[in-house]
Order: sequence, then C-alpha cells, then structure tokens
Amino acid sequence: MYYNEMGDKLNKCMEEKALIKKEMIAMLLAGGQGSRLGVLTSKIAKPAVSFGGKYRIIDFPLSNCINSGIDTVGVLTQYQPLRLNTHIGIGIPWDLDRNVGGVSILPPYEKSANSEWYTGTANAIYQNLRFIDYYNPEYVLILGGDHIYKMDYEIMLEYHKKNNADVTIATLPVPYEEAHRFGICIADETGRINEFEEKPKNPRSNLASMGIYIFTWKVLREALIKLSEVPGCDFGKHIIPYCHENGKRIFSFVHNGYWKDVGTLQSYWETNMELIELIPVFNLYESFWKIYTKTDVIPPQYIAEDAIVNQAIIGEGAEIYGEVVHSIIGPGVVVKKGAKVVDSILMNSTEIGENAYVDKAIIAENCVIGKGTVIGFGEEAPNEFNSGIYNSGLVTIGEDTVIPAGVKVGRNTAITGSTTLEDYPDNVLPSGKNIFKEVALV
Amino acid sequence: MKAIGIVLAGGNSNRMSGLSKLRAISAMPIAGSYRAIDFTLSNMTNSHVQKVAVLTQYNSRSLHEHLSSSKWWDFGRKQGGLFVFTPTITPDNGFWYRGTADAIYQNLTFLHQSHEPYVIIASGDGIYKLDYRKVLEYHIDKNADITVVTKHVNVTEDEVTRYGLVKTDADGRIVDYEEKPLIANSSTVSCGIYVIRRRLLIELIESAAKEERYDLVKDILVRYKDVKKLYSYNLETYWSNIACVDSYYKTNMDFLKPEVRNYFFREYPDVYSKIDDLPPAKYNPQAVVKNSLVSSGSILNGVVENSLLFKGVYVGNNTVIKNSIVLNGTYIEDNVYLENVIVESRNTIKQGSRFVGEGKPLVISDMTDRYGIEEK
Repeated sequence: MYYNEMGDKLNKCMEEKALIKKEMIAMLLAGGQGSRLGVLTSKIAKPAVSFGGKYRIIDFPLSNCINSGIDTVGVLTQYQPLRLNTHIGIGIPWDLDRNVGGVSILPPYEKSANSEWYTGTANAIYQNLRFIDYYNPEYVLILGGDHIYKMDYEIMLEYHKKNNADVTIATLPVPYEEAHRFGICIADETGRINEFEEKPKNPRSNLASMGIYIFTWKVLREALIKLSEVPGCDFGKHIIPYCHENGKRIFSFVHNGYWKDVGTLQSYWETNMELIELIPVFNLYESFWKIYTKTDVIPPQYIAEDAIVNQAIIGEGAEIYGEVVHSIIGPGVVVKKGAKVVDSILMNSTEIGENAYVDKAIIAENCVIGKGTVIGFGEEAPNEFNSGIYNSGLVTIGEDTVIPAGVKVGRNTAITGSTTLEDYPDNVLPSGKNIFKEVALV
Repeated sequence: MKAIGIVLAGGNSNRMSGLSKLRAISAMPIAGSYRAIDFTLSNMTNSHVQKVAVLTQYNSRSLHEHLSSSKWWDFGRKQGGLFVFTPTITPDNGFWYRGTADAIYQNLTFLHQSHEPYVIIASGDGIYKLDYRKVLEYHIDKNADITVVTKHVNVTEDEVTRYGLVKTDADGRIVDYEEKPLIANSSTVSCGIYVIRRRLLIELIESAAKEERYDLVKDILVRYKDVKKLYSYNLETYWSNIACVDSYYKTNMDFLKPEVRNYFFREYPDVYSKIDDLPPAKYNPQAVVKNSLVSSGSILNGVVENSLLFKGVYVGNNTVIKNSIVLNGTYIEDNVYLENVIVESRNTIKQGSRFVGEGKPLVISDMTDRYGIEEK
C-alpha cells in the first residue's frame, strides 16, 4: 500500500516536472547463485563467472543493453556480489557511466518495516519500484545475467510498440524433442500468446521463453503491487500468469540468433568449446555489436619457443611454455614448460605447473596446479556429492584452489580450497570424489 | 604531488621511414598492446603526477584518438587531469609550435595557473619505467636548477649522435652538453626527461621567446649549462627511444626477451593503455607459433616465429611470418612469406606475396586496397 500511494504521488510529481524521462530502462537480475555451476560459484555469483578467455557472463546482457541504446540499467545483486561490484564499478567499460542513468547496482536494503532479501525475481523488482519510478520510463526490460547471446532489444521494443503489447516475451525456437525442458509459449499467427505450458510432455509449440521480457511499465507496476504479498514472487510463476489472466496483450518475440544457457557445468563447458571451432556459430570477432568487458590485463600473450598451441583461444597476458590443445585460456594464465592442457577451460591468472597434465577440466581463477600433477585421468565414476552437478567427466576446480605437486585427480571430481598432500591418500583423488576446503587467508 | 607533467609529443622524425606517415611517433604501437606514449603517461600516474599536459602537433589524429579519456591512465578530471594542447591561433600568435620551447610558451597559461612547484617534462617516445618522484627527490637533494635524466649507452651499438650527449663531474653535475653532435664524445645520452622548478621554467621560456629562440634543448639547456646548475640523474633500468626504424624494431623485439617482458608486463607498477575491447586471440588447427607475442583480436592459421603480432591481425593458411612486426588490424592472406619486415597498420598482404627485409627491417605500407583505395 505504501508504494501504491507514494509511488502514485511520485509518478504524478515526475510527470508534472518531467525532468527525467527514459523510454525504456533495463533491470538485470544478477542475484542468483547458479548452484548448478558447483564450486565455480561458491564465492561469486553466476553472472560474474569468467567466459570465453576474457569476458564474464554478465558482459553479454550489459553489452547488449548499450549496443541497443539502453543507457540506464539497474543490476540487482544479492548472492556474493563482490566480484560483480568490482567488475561493473561505475560502468566505464560499457559506457554506462552517465550523469542521468547509467548503471546502478541495487542490492537488497533495510527498510523501516518488512525488510527482507530478494525472495524472487519479481520481488526484487518490486523492492526497487522507486528506482524505476525515478526514471519515469514507458517500458521496462527484464533481463537475466546467465545467458550468452547478442540481441538488439531495440527491435524487440519496436515489436512491442507495434503490437500495442502489454508484455513481450523473447522466445527461442527449440527442437520439439527438447521442448519438454522449457517453459513453452503458444502463440497465434500474429505472435500473440494465448497459452503457456511449463515443461510440457507433449509440446504444442517449440517457442521457449528466454526469460527476457519487455513490460509496459504501468502494467508491470500494477501487477507487482497487486502481487506484492505473494511469497517468492516470480515473473514466470506469478507475474506473467497474472497478466495473462487479466487479459493483457502478451506477445512472443522470436529470437532466431545464437542463445545459450550456461547454467550447468556441461553447457558452460560446451558453450566455451564452441568458440574454438574454425568458424564459430557465435562470432566474437565481428566489429559490429562488440562485447565490452573490464580489462584488467593489458599486455599481449607470449607463446614460447617450445610451446605448442593448437585450436585455442587465449586471453591477454597469458604465457604459454607448454602445450595447449583445444582449450580456452584466460588472461594472465601461465602454462609452464612440459605441461599439457587439453579440452579445458582455465580462468584468469591460474598457473599450471611444469609437466602437469590437464584433461577436460574447468579451473577457476587464481588456482595453482602443482608440478607434474595430473588433472582428469582414468574411468568416470558418478560424483558422490552430487552427480547432477558434477558429471560428463569434467574436473571442476574452484577459485584460489591449490593442488600440490605430483597428485592425480580422477574425473567427475570437484576440488576447492588450499589442498595439501594429506588430502590425497596415495597421492590420488579417485573419480567421483571431492575435496571441499576453505581457502587459507594468508 | 609537488609536480605537474608536460609530455612533448608533437615531433616527427625522418628516420622513421614512413612509419610516422600515419601517426605521431608518440602514438607508435609498441609491444603488441601499447602506444609509445603509454609508458610516459603510466610513469606519470604511477609517480602520482595527476595533472599532465600533452603537447601535440604533427599528425596527431591517431594520438588524439588514443588520448580520448583521462580514465585510461587513471588521471582525475577535477583534481588535475589529462590535457591535450594543440597549436591554436590567438590574437597574438598565428604560428604552429616552432619548437619544444615554443610549444610550452604557447601554453604558458597552463604553467601559470598551476600551483605545484615543479614540472616534469618528458618526451612521448621513450620506453621505460621510472618513478619521477625519485628524480624529483634527487633534484631537491642536489639543489639543482634543472635535472636531466640520462642513460649510459653502448656507443658502438646505438647511433648516439641522434641524442643529446652529456658529460658530468663526479657529483653528477653536467659539465658538457651537446645536442646531436657529429662526433660522439660521451656515452651518456639525455633521455629527454627533465625536472625543473615551475617558476624557473616560466622565466627561461619567456626569455627564450623574447629572443625568438624556440628549442628547449638547444636554446635553453645547452645555452644555460654553465649558468645554471644542471644535474644528471642516471637511469639504470631499461630505456629505449623509438624515434628511428632500427630502434623501433629493436625495442619491439626486446619484448621477446624474458627479462624485458617480465619487467614491463609482470612487475609492479603496471603500464596502462586505452582498452580496445577486442576478443581474445584465436589459434586455429594449422597455427604454429614460436617465441612470439600475440595481441587480442588476432586470428592465426599460419606459422609465426620470433615475431610480434599487434591487435586484430589475421594470419592466413600456409603463411609464414618470421622476425617481423605486424601492426594493428593487418590482414595477411594465405601463402604469404614475411621475414624481417614491419607491416604498417591495416595493410592487406595479398595471397602468395613474399617480402624479406635484407639487413634492415623492411617497412611495408600503403597496401590498403581492402578499403577500396586504389594501389599505386
């Protein structure tokens, strides 16, 4: 009720003054942990996870915003926001440092009454009603921070306006056999959505919701206030059904380009590996629609006399003295002499010791892999902690992990923390096992 | 900080064999990811000099583009900042900068309006790391009027006669100073970095202008060497000036040595530059790379040995590049052979071409037909 009255007054006040007016602002939901990425997100939120040898996942929606002409973005953070905060800063890399608008980081905050965390995607937006009201927009774009894609939101907005829509949902045509994994929209020939099906057994449409919405702000505002008491208020579960029940005009905007969810270790690994292909489906080398990121490492990479680099993407300042095959190497990584890295992703500033062998691993930032250590060997075994997260034969190593020299690590394993030889009975971590330790703060 | 900075970046040199046709020397790409002026500007910011004027004149478009924001080097915007001064026409003056002293004279307001007691003057074409605070300390300690940063060089290797040469006494005081002499009588060269009190600089510049003298070195330093106390601060660490093709080539190649690379890339403090937002470099199945530096945005299909690839270089299939420097945005087609060459930015090397620099590195430029410009 508070927001209703206050907001209306504020709105009226703003309209009379009309000092600030943005046609559309974006709200980027970046508060989730992304627990399916296992130890990769034990200390950072999913949108801050490194991607493609240079970027972080959030760079894609942020760059899409500025490339689409959206200069006001609220980033909603909650889970482990430090890395996100330092990455985004005041938005300089994306030209989002503005006097009016720009990027704002919006964490949950204490209120005089009813203080709470963000309990759901829509609840997070509800708690920031005044932020949106301040910019007095006609439309609000709702984005997630966990997808790899390029998309012109301006075209989507034009579509929204042309249809005189209340809600436009970006949808992706998926193969019918996979449609059962998604929220499916059933649209008529004009694009108007008449029905939704959540993970249907017998899908009647193949248009999957991408979790990207444009709302006419008045409509969303009314729905958020109406449903403010709903616990864990969520766009997919509550807001969209509410709008649908109330006969709002909901349209499907079909996105025919590349779009990848990197929410699981398997899809994260695959999406990275796709970048290495001779002509990748997702092309980062076009000068049109650049992806911007905060660059901490400037120097060029050095490939030594005895190094072998084949089918790889390598970031700034990396130094390769050993062998890198079919891998993604982040900025500042060092692969020492005699070491070999195959089918792996190494994130920022990780070091691979001499004669180490890394096969099909995801190694997060600032890790140290000892001399002669073998990462990824032997037969697969299901992970004992959670085989739903750690599978596909991947070794996953969290950030700041230390792995001592000379040990062997099996497949479907996860390691995090400063491990020592004592953690490896007989110098081996067999397939399917894990080591979760705290990082020594020294 | 007690000092402001002036970077002299306006000059050209006929020793650059056409490399400076596209840009001022201070904007020359260096070490894969940098421009020459980044080193001086990073030194300024790392020495906590927060107010820096860059004086530009010759062919400055590329340099101005690079200096688009003070943010790249972390200079402030209110407490100091980065200022770029080009010659302007005023009611009293219709000249270009007639020399380095004249360039400062035409911007004397900048000196008048500052309150910091000292000025650090540096050229924009030196490749080095230096904490100017140490030079300033030395300057104050010696009670010097002007301190000149110098470097002992190997007379046989370097063309020392392209520098200013100094001789000092045991205390470090400069007793002899010659600018670009015909015969070298010393192996101590001036690095083109000076520390001077702001009021003294204003005084010297104004009196030089009255006498219609326009050069900072010839008309001020050399003339005043017996009148004022000039001291030499000897630089022990890496320093190189890139204002001729040979030394430009050599300086770049120096970065393939681990000690130079680590010194600049891995040791504190960092060298900063403008960020280009290029994707990471990509190595396709046929790529073979040995002892080389590769910058972001590059795509490699061929063989690269003992070379530097700058940003956004494309290397075609079966192409071989040896002992060469390939500047930004170059497109090298299939079956090309390059050895001992410098390929100018944004050139296209046609399929099957072969270029070999005999003795000296060969500069390849004007091959820009990719952009629809007719080849002459």
